Amino acid sequence: MTMQAASTEIASRTAAIVQEMKGLEGPLLPILHGIQEEFGHVPQDAVPVIADGLNLSRAEVHGVVTFYHDFRARPAGRHVLKLCQAEACQSMGSDAVAAKVKQLLGIDFHETTRDGSVTLEPVYCLGLCACSPSAMLDGEVIGRLDDEKIDEIVAEVRS
Amino acid sequence: MIPRIYIPGDSGALALGAEKVAKAVRAELAERGIEAKIVRNGSRGAYFLEPMVEVATANGRVAYGPVKPSDVKSLFDSGFLTGGHHKRWLGAPDKIPFLAKQTRLTFARCGINDPLSLDAYKSLGGLKGLQNAVAMAPAEIVKQVTESGLRGRGGAGFPTGIKWKTVLDTTSERKYIVCNADEGDSATFADRMIMEGDPFVLIEGMAIAGVATGATKGFVYIRSEYPHAVAVMNKAVEIARKAGVLGVNVLGSPNAFDMEIRVGAGAYVCGEETSLLNSLEGKRGVVRAKPPLPAIQGLFGKPTVINNVISLASVPIIMDKGATFYKDFGMGRSRGTIPIQIAGNVKQGGLFETAFGLTLGEIVDDIGGGTATGRAVKAVQVGGPLGAYFPRALFDTPFDYEEFAKRDGLIGHAGITVFDDTADMLKQARFAMEFCAIESCGKCTPCRIGSTRGVETIDRLAAGIEPEKNLALVTDLCNTMKFGSLCALGGFTPYPVMSSITHFPEDFKPAPARVAAE
Repeated sequence: MTMQAASTEIASRTAAIVQEMKGLEGPLLPILHGIQEEFGHVPQDAVPVIADGLNLSRAEVHGVVTFYHDFRARPAGRHVLKLCQAEACQSMGSDAVAAKVKQLLGIDFHETTRDGSVTLEPVYCLGLCACSPSAMLDGEVIGRLDDEKIDEIVAEVRS
Repeated sequence: MIPRIYIPGDSGALALGAEKVAKAVRAELAERGIEAKIVRNGSRGAYFLEPMVEVATANGRVAYGPVKPSDVKSLFDSGFLTGGHHKRWLGAPDKIPFLAKQTRLTFARCGINDPLSLDAYKSLGGLKGLQNAVAMAPAEIVKQVTESGLRGRGGAGFPTGIKWKTVLDTTSERKYIVCNADEGDSATFADRMIMEGDPFVLIEGMAIAGVATGATKGFVYIRSEYPHAVAVMNKAVEIARKAGVLGVNVLGSPNAFDMEIRVGAGAYVCGEETSLLNSLEGKRGVVRAKPPLPAIQGLFGKPTVINNVISLASVPIIMDKGATFYKDFGMGRSRGTIPIQIAGNVKQGGLFETAFGLTLGEIVDDIGGGTATGRAVKAVQVGGPLGAYFPRALFDTPFDYEEFAKRDGLIGHAGITVFDDTADMLKQARFAMEFCAIESCGKCTPCRIGSTRGVETIDRLAAGIEPEKNLALVTDLCNTMKFGSLCALGGFTPYPVMSSITHFPEDFKPAPARVAAE
């Protein structure tokens, strides 16, 4: 697909999402979630379409997209692994968990492995504070991380 | 009677393997050719016993936990479907000491039944509060909530009834009820548990708020880190709508109230009420200056009740049993019950709902059972990332809004994180500043710049560079942040920082001295 065709494709799929949700009160966040679900990230080419649909400036939409940690500028890896780094998990050794996972995957937080298999992110609380240290792998929650569970997670994202 | 097996679907239980247990139970049932109904209940909140499996027997429920998938076969062999003995046997769930010692008002139903069964909800007293409310004048409802002494459980502790009264007294063609379910504080999971385990109580509380203030539309703003809660709430709203709990005639009354679930996008600061409103409107989640109060000009500029999940979920019991019933629990100006969330490095972690007034020591040592690692407790952070660190010397502090304030702390959303003696308080103070820097919305300078300067200054302290001068600088910076920030993010970050410095000065001594001291 040529660059132009890809851009037209993004525009038309974005327009459909905007059309579906613009009747909501305060539609921008639901639209952005919808777009991220559709494309795996919020493409640059979607911004003018959203702005046009909601009668906002492109700068306003860009400002909202970049404010929130959830919205990605690029697609993530096939798996997304989030490690909780907040206080309750700190008290149970989340620092050591993060160090081990980073070493095993060979990446730091906010990075994706070169083969595109996994993106590693810190998260500040999953509400599993009585089951620390905790993590979320592709939306599935995991508590009381230990070496065995870490090895399982790493094996799963690598497979 | 077909046996009923209860296996929690709560995310805490799932994180500990409840899904694998359910799978093993299903497989075992199939293999043995036994017909049984598996109910996915919420969690009762004793996370040290999760996954806690219960069976309904002729003599009531019998619990087993923590159950591993490898236990399932032997559970069947031990006759657990009729309450047989097994090494995981816990007996009647309401007799388990951690649960038996609680006073469950808000969480009375949480974890007992299928959270999406409206019939089960009604069978345990659900909807009585709303039924009473629709028969009352709005001002009477507000009066009852005010008299109950209920204060905002999100952390600020502002009287809920007074907030409602302002919205009731403000004339507008449209008003909103907004539920703050952006539970971002570490050590807190009460909101998540209610939304996953008893969603109708929140819906009922919001409907009562709507009837009381003349608001016809509600939003629940749930953080995106809670996908299970989002899913349950969406289904529950749908069910409530079909059953006429929500809609143009709430429970057949002339009151209209409907609601929508909205999902945040990973910004901690959106737990602050005004930035949450901006986020709901589709803007950057920056904090708004007050006044105007949200009660007068809130969502889309309209009068808005914005309350935390637990505040709203506590309203149905107040409207059911009356203001006096609720008010008779508690101490001083902290009335009713509070769901304390015991977290971190603790042996018996979980949710413990009780009347205000227990001391911090009772909570940590008696109920929590000390640290999970078995080491000495060094510090307890109360109230999430913006709460103070308390040393053992302050364990006589009663759990009460004013008592904690007197000791330069806060109870916040009532989460407490236990740390053992390996904790480095300089590192914790540094993290508080770092977290503020990551999550600052950028609106005001003390928070946006101060937090970064705070990290740098604490790093210099750690390196032993001009310790006295840098300690004075951190203290001065905290003072500026406390009094110069618009909201609690910049304003309260000094609590963990200053309490660490005040109560654990030895951790802030220059590195060579710290090494020499060890």
